[in-house]
Amino acid sequence: MTKPSLTKRIRSLRPWLGLASLLAGLLLWQFAAQTGNLPSFILPTPVDVWSRFVRAAADGSLFLHMGVTLAEILSGLLAGVAAATCLGYLVAKSRLLENLLAPYLVASQAVPLVAIAPLLVIWFGPGMFSKILICALIVFFPVLVNTVVGVRAVPPALYDLMGSLRATRTQILFKLEVPAALPIFLGGLRIGATLSVIGAVVGEFVGADQGLGFLINVGRGQYDTSLVFVAIFALVVMALALYGVVAWFEKRLLIWQNTVDSHL
Amino acid sequence: MSTDPILTVSDLTVTFPDNNGGLRALDEVSFEVRSQEFICVLGPSGSGKTTLLRVLAGLFPPTAGEVNFGDHQQPRHGMVFQQSNLMPWRTVLENIRLPLELTGAADAESRARALIDQVGLTGFENNWPRDLSGGMAQRVSIARALIHDPDLLLLDEPFGALDALTRERMWMELSRIWQARQKTVVMVTHSINESLFLADRVLVLSARPGHIKLDLEVDLPRPRVDDIRYTPPFGQLARKLKAAIE
Repeated sequence: MTKPSLTKRIRSLRPWLGLASLLAGLLLWQFAAQTGNLPSFILPTPVDVWSRFVRAAADGSLFLHMGVTLAEILSGLLAGVAAATCLGYLVAKSRLLENLLAPYLVASQAVPLVAIAPLLVIWFGPGMFSKILICALIVFFPVLVNTVVGVRAVPPALYDLMGSLRATRTQILFKLEVPAALPIFLGGLRIGATLSVIGAVVGEFVGADQGLGFLINVGRGQYDTSLVFVAIFALVVMALALYGVVAWFEKRLLIWQNTVDSHL
Repeated sequence: MSTDPILTVSDLTVTFPDNNGGLRALDEVSFEVRSQEFICVLGPSGSGKTTLLRVLAGLFPPTAGEVNFGDHQQPRHGMVFQQSNLMPWRTVLENIRLPLELTGAADAESRARALIDQVGLTGFENNWPRDLSGGMAQRVSIARALIHDPDLLLLDEPFGALDALTRERMWMELSRIWQARQKTVVMVTHSINESLFLADRVLVLSARPGHIKLDLEVDLPRPRVDDIRYTPPFGQLARKLKAAIE
């Protein structure tokens, strides 16, 4: 009697476990910062960070920079995904195109984006456009690869079915290829969404006068380490939200699969 | 039963390209199919049975020879494959509805529901294919092949992947549906029992390159029930088919 009810109680507590471990982490941090006697510009306490957050939120600067970074991320993600999906579909359909593009694709992966980000800022200026481009570039490859793999994984027997029903090219695309490739494509989108945050911050590090990456640079320059933490947390929140949106879509769209029930 | 052929296959030859001059799958195959006839194509593996069906479905062009349909145009046909070939992202109802979605019929929903009742899947309309047993999935596949009211039903070893008991139950179902819907059927199989249980005529294909070795009229009474397999006429026909295959 007691055993099942105990496991049941633990299970009902499970959603709170994450929150509890987060709280424990914060307490540990506060404790470490206080007993270590470190100056606040090396390791601020959670309380310092919180009050810095309240200040940055009150004067509106935090949300301004968050808005800029978010706009860069979303535009870059949209552009990168759109380009990668279209090109990925064509590459999946044409070995010739694949062979022609392969060296560029491999090279684009071999060169770290951090290395070419300065170049892009030189060419396209310190404004938002260069960041959007960096985001789009970093998103491009995983989405492209997953689109190619997804489209190539469409079962040939289902092409036969559509052929025997005299389906048009458009019908094959929308009734077969899109839904069949969706699980793998969304996997790529999930990776891309996370990478796009990195892309925006890298771009802002290299040269910008707005955005959370810029805010981190400012905080570092002024030994305002609490501000650096505030910006990092803002980035984490944005990345999680973005990931959550994609995961939510995944869950909604792939309801026919029973394998999407993971939290990661 | 009308005697006009709705399908005439003449000197059909199919060669697959390979490194030494091409692999001949079908060799001058000729036969006629009359309206509402149930034809089984029987043959050992690799005899080009599936290739024949794919040519009839218009999925593969013949190398030589002709396939003519009664009114000189490609008829609407429904196809059932060896595997149920359902789209996993569509429910039972949505899978059955697919052919009508492609042609844009207005009453797709009600016709799909009527067919679901006919193939005995009432209550499973909104299930995902992953939840279906092999036999149920193949019923969905048969319903999908029937929904656009095709002139010709092409079945490619539809029960090959099922266990023996389910397979025999599906024979009963299929012959009931065939009689109710008055369809012309061409079915590929490698089971002698299956062909004798279902067909009006059995065509035996030889080993590769496939050509027609025997065209056997099956004059067993209908409706055929399970016991028919233990009658002398069934046994004699089975012996003839067996001899032709070997």
